[in-house]
Amino acid sequence: MKVTMFHFMPYRDLPADFPPKGLASAWVDAPWWQYGDANKVTDVYNRSIDELMLAAKVGFDGVGLNEHHQNPYGFMCNPNLFGAILARMTAEQGLDQVALVQLGATISSCPPIRLAEEYAVLDCISGGRLIAGLPTGLGNDVSISNGITPMEHRERWREGVELMLKAWTAKEFFAWNGKYTQLPKVNLWPRPVQEPHPPVLIPGAASSSTWDYCHDRNFPYAYLSYFGGKSAEQVMDRFWVRAAAKGRDANPYRAAFLQVVGVGETDRQAEEEYSKHVEYFYHKLLHLPLGYIAPPGNADYKSLLNVLSSGKNLLQISDFTIDLKPLKAKDMIEREFVVVGSPATVRQKLEAIAKRLNVGHLMVALQFGSMPHEQAKKNIELFGREVLPHLQKIWEDKDLENHWWPKKLRKRPAKRREMATA
Amino acid sequence: MISATVKTIPIRHCNFEAKVKTAGNGPPLLYLHAAGGPIWDPFVEGLCEHFTVYAPHHPGTGETAREAIYGVESLWDLLLIYDEILDALDLPSVPVVGTSFGGMIACELAAFRPERVSKMIVLDPIGLWREDAPVAPYMLMPPEQLVATLYKHLDSSPVQAALQMPSDPKQVAVITADLVWALGATGKFVWPIPDKGLKKRLHRVKAPTLIVWGEDDALISSVYAKEFADRIANSRIEIIKDCGHVPQVERLEVLGPLVAKFLNGG
Repeated sequence: MKVTMFHFMPYRDLPADFPPKGLASAWVDAPWWQYGDANKVTDVYNRSIDELMLAAKVGFDGVGLNEHHQNPYGFMCNPNLFGAILARMTAEQGLDQVALVQLGATISSCPPIRLAEEYAVLDCISGGRLIAGLPTGLGNDVSISNGITPMEHRERWREGVELMLKAWTAKEFFAWNGKYTQLPKVNLWPRPVQEPHPPVLIPGAASSSTWDYCHDRNFPYAYLSYFGGKSAEQVMDRFWVRAAAKGRDANPYRAAFLQVVGVGETDRQAEEEYSKHVEYFYHKLLHLPLGYIAPPGNADYKSLLNVLSSGKNLLQISDFTIDLKPLKAKDMIEREFVVVGSPATVRQKLEAIAKRLNVGHLMVALQFGSMPHEQAKKNIELFGREVLPHLQKIWEDKDLENHWWPKKLRKRPAKRREMATA
Repeated sequence: MISATVKTIPIRHCNFEAKVKTAGNGPPLLYLHAAGGPIWDPFVEGLCEHFTVYAPHHPGTGETAREAIYGVESLWDLLLIYDEILDALDLPSVPVVGTSFGGMIACELAAFRPERVSKMIVLDPIGLWREDAPVAPYMLMPPEQLVATLYKHLDSSPVQAALQMPSDPKQVAVITADLVWALGATGKFVWPIPDKGLKKRLHRVKAPTLIVWGEDDALISSVYAKEFADRIANSRIEIIKDCGHVPQVERLEVLGPLVAKFLNGG
């Protein structure tokens, strides 16, 4: 299995009483001038980069970044700014076994041709280590923070992806006469190192139209949920049913899963050490109403009607809007929204999730919520030493090709760095 | 209840298959619905008593194909569709009543083809923007906040009647999906700020215009009434007291006579 350390770069210093009553959302609505401190953000960025570099040193297969706007949950307005730093630093420090998992830049709210260029640049700097994430993006990021009409969100994404793929691969000049982008002459400089283009990865939140999109094009899918392996079972089962229906095999490398993880010396110690940060993450950073995630026009009519007709409350279906506030960290650990425990517990739980969901790519968030730098380092080191080597062996006994990972990095597990084993 | 039919009109522009609900007796009148989709309420029924009401469904809403909205790419497309609908209905010049979003479309139509609109009534129209009185972000509101913003007296019986849902959960699901989709399909022409150039075009309106506003409209402040009136030469304002964004529901007893009088020449 390929294991990536994913980082959101959250603001770690929201006050204990956040969100105050009446604040509709931590996204868009939390006043910067009341809660934000740019000097603290200097640390957020620099310590987060250090944490990702540490993950590269302890032997992770990938480091992962994403894009969000106007919120304390994640501070990367453009993941490629940080990808460029990591591309250079990992190369310089001899960590060129690590893939750059950009999951990714939001295509609907940025000129796609610019993103094709930026990804090509990252692939060039890193010498062919890029995984090009192509997310549709959250409604609030695209439509509120960037003003894109919700009804156009998905159309823009689809057109943008087609344009990027063609711009990377065309061996002739072409004009692009799209609905949302018109370009008189396309001849991208530079092109990616990887041929015909970097592996792509499509993140999603359990929409069946996204699965079909992936299977039709032989793209892998990353299920981004904060509700753990158990709640993902029925989602990923349906993903694999769709794969079979579309004539695709059940190669686990077609799928990726994201998990929040905290490792401690013992289960009890881990719970004590991470509870505060679990609650900060779920209660403060994920304070995001449904109307923001999917403003009218964002979800297509068929999906909308499916959701409304399923007899379930919208709140129960849309992961982000489960009422998290009454849940304590202990509940969220018990329900396995988060995997928190001793190395043995974490190993066992993550292995069970990977096998049950049939995923070949695991992304773990080891810094989450208010977790300070020193604790994040400890989590990454413990995970790297006690959990990672075990997980990397999963699927190794099967004769499987991972078509969706940079070619030069497919032979694994790469040797771990001395620092981690010392 | 006056029996209504729905006409299907194939429109060349955007290959849109238009649906126009039609009912009533008398001279023609065009009725343009609000952002929530076509609603056949007592206000429209009242219009049908004296007029043959033509009520086109905005692309993607009502009886039209939901996906039709994807093909209507701009406000320019939308106006050409209305122009072709009027051609098909053989209405060279017609009085137009528009509510909220429909009010904006009425104004756009009257500015684009001034000779096609003989008279105009707009109820709490969207379409202009003032920094000091921003239009409420209705597309982002949870349902309970949206209805509280729309109406001044949520618990009054006409409002309760308007909000009544059927008991069958399947019907509720369809109604809710249609409502959300209608907000998205109309929102395509006003997102993220409902200021798409109407202020530059309103001076072209020739129709005698009645601008009606609920005094306590919390969605689009009644200060906008003057903004419209300042730009439309032959216009006057009627402010309805103790009323929110939807006078046709909250104060039909006041609105009905005002509208009838204006349409009958006064």
